[in-house]
Amino acid sequence: MIEFQLDTAGGVATYLQLVQQVHQALRLGLLEPGDQLPTAQQVVAKLAINPNTVLKAYRDLEREGLVRPRPGQGTFVIASLSHTDPATQARLLSSMTSWLRSAHSAGLGPDDIEAIYRTAFRNYFAEGVA
Amino acid sequence: MTAALETSGLGKQYGQKWALHDCTLAIPEGKVVGLVGPNGAGKSTLLNLAVGLLAPTSGTIEVLGGRPSDGPSQLGRIGFVAQDTPTYEGMSVAKHLRMGAWLNPHWDSKLAERRIKQLGLDPRQKAGSLSGGQRAQLALVLALAKKPEILILDEPVASLDPLARREFLQTLMEVVAEHGVSVVLSSHLIADLERVCDYLVVLVASHVQLSGDVSALLASHYHLSGPRRDRSTLPANQEVIEESHTDKQSVFMVRTDNPIIDPAWIVKPVTLDDLVLGYMRQAREAEPHRRPDLGVLR
Amino acid sequence: MIRFTSLQFRIQAAIAVGVLVLVAIAVAITGPNLVHLYDTTVANCKAHGDCSYASNALTQSDSFLQSAFGALLLVLPALVGIFWGAPLIAREFEAGTFRLVWTQSVTRMRWLAVKLGIIGLTSMAVAGLATLMVSWWFSPIDKVTKVQFASFDERGIVVIGYALFAFAFGVAAGLLIRRTVPAMFAALVAFIGARLAVTYWVRPHLLAPVKAAMPLHIVFGTSIEQGSSTGLSFFEPVNIPNAWIYSNEVVNNSGHAPTAQFLQSACHSALSGPASGAVQGVPTPNQNAQTAFAECFANVAAKFHQLVIYQPASRYWAFQWYETAIFFGLAVIVAGFSFWWVRRRLV
Repeated sequence: MIEFQLDTAGGVATYLQLVQQVHQALRLGLLEPGDQLPTAQQVVAKLAINPNTVLKAYRDLEREGLVRPRPGQGTFVIASLSHTDPATQARLLSSMTSWLRSAHSAGLGPDDIEAIYRTAFRNYFAEGVA
Repeated sequence: MTAALETSGLGKQYGQKWALHDCTLAIPEGKVVGLVGPNGAGKSTLLNLAVGLLAPTSGTIEVLGGRPSDGPSQLGRIGFVAQDTPTYEGMSVAKHLRMGAWLNPHWDSKLAERRIKQLGLDPRQKAGSLSGGQRAQLALVLALAKKPEILILDEPVASLDPLARREFLQTLMEVVAEHGVSVVLSSHLIADLERVCDYLVVLVASHVQLSGDVSALLASHYHLSGPRRDRSTLPANQEVIEESHTDKQSVFMVRTDNPIIDPAWIVKPVTLDDLVLGYMRQAREAEPHRRPDLGVLR
Repeated sequence: MIRFTSLQFRIQAAIAVGVLVLVAIAVAITGPNLVHLYDTTVANCKAHGDCSYASNALTQSDSFLQSAFGALLLVLPALVGIFWGAPLIAREFEAGTFRLVWTQSVTRMRWLAVKLGIIGLTSMAVAGLATLMVSWWFSPIDKVTKVQFASFDERGIVVIGYALFAFAFGVAAGLLIRRTVPAMFAALVAFIGARLAVTYWVRPHLLAPVKAAMPLHIVFGTSIEQGSSTGLSFFEPVNIPNAWIYSNEVVNNSGHAPTAQFLQSACHSALSGPASGAVQGVPTPNQNAQTAFAECFANVAAKFHQLVIYQPASRYWAFQWYETAIFFGLAVIVAGFSFWWVRRRLV
């Protein structure tokens, strides 16, 4: 079961943060169809937020078709956001790790690596949106 | 739907001074209501009026459709925790629970004992030797175990350290999630309440300055910043709550139900903190005899 | 609410029980001795002649306990008012716990009614038991001294009335003043004031006293007296056992006492002459003195009689009931005020 975190300083509404964290978990495969989301009671007992906020987030997710409540049992994931299968994800993760290893042995520090990544990312997606 | 708390022209006078004046509210059920205002604004007065520890000088107050003086059944529907969470110093935790059982017809002993165990409180320990946080938790258990329909808490976390404060709110929200009780809690710090409230009442200088559903309030207030201009140049449907100017720039906080269409503005949403501070400042600058601004948004 | 009151009251109740047990022990240990002493000496003393020795022996026994018991009954109601009454509500205000207990599902009226009822009844029971034990212990002594009105406020049932009033007033004081120590002080002052007022201004007027005019006799203590400021006067002692004597005077039919000049001439030989100093009736062995006084006495008795204003012994219990009723009534009024205040005015 996933655990939610709250960032009070970011200016993002609480319920949106919950929705985004569910999206992220779905994308990363941490949540799969059939998994149960924490109950409102469990979430607020940890985060000390209004239960209605949790319910609102779950209602939004339900509207997006990602989850469905089962009365008396809880809220369950029914769809996935993962665009790739686990094998592909594993392969990409491993090639990324090799690249990092070679960048590191070439003498690049974390900030340099991040700068290269961000440049490549920006260039790629700027070109890609045509 | 019965209102959780409804007042009409409610006032309480001590000698020449009005601790609360001309207070009109209609707070729906099922909300966690934050009552915010500086010390001495009248928050405790309002809450004590709600539970019948004070009688109004003028106006009326109803909680869950009943008057505070209606008798024991009305008292049984409200769980109250007073400021500084008074407890009987010489009485143990267990004896406090027995008091609850004897004095409340709907007392749930199992719930009380379960919560005490969860909190790790020693039933034999005298209430006087508990820490502030533990006393607040005990007071909350006493209020909860009588199975009320509404919880009224007067500055419950004011004197608690951050951890105790967080634990108290965790317990409170868990109870709201589990039992669906309405909650009214007061504080002089909005930071205490921001996480948990979905309804807000701002009380300054004995008057209600603002009240309404939090999401509706946040959706109808904006920060506008742009080139220097006078407030009178703003459209009539935009009510100015706060303004500040430099020689070239003006920043306003406005309330409006209409969209902001003037392209000269940079529009930003307000936070709950901004909202409360803005109305508190407005109250301070208003003349003492001016009728207070009152917004009830559903 | 009854169980809760008992819970909160348990320590005070324990102290009261402790005190009663101590009293009971002291009474049980020493009481039977007094009874025995009475039965063996005083009861038979008349047959054997002079009783004064046996009487004195009895009335002076256990003098410490006599004072202690008397003091106990005197202060007991005040203590009840101070320690049971004043803190009852005042402490709830001081600790803020009224905000806890008055928002449980019990109304303020019921809360007050149970507290006043239970602790009020306990006060009465404690006062009653203490008075019962002490009165029993004193009974041999009282049978000898025969001054029941002098120990009026330490016997019978009045202590019960005093205790109830002190308690009720203490509660009301705590309710109004909201601070324990000032309320204790107020309760003490009011209690003392009420007791003094009733004792000196009310009790004497509850029943019209008997006025008895009796002829003079020469008894032990009949005498001419020389007061420093009043001059010569004639004195006849009064002997009405267990009565409450308001006044005892020697007067004529118009109600006037013998003047100094009259006494000077009527008792000339007793006051001056060779038998001077014969100013008393019996006893005097001097034959001349006795004759001189007899002549003086005859002159006085011809024109004057003894006028005693008193309450007869038989009215003792009437007074006890009246005074208890007065304090009960005061307690009820004060309690009624407390109810009214708690309901209407407190908030």
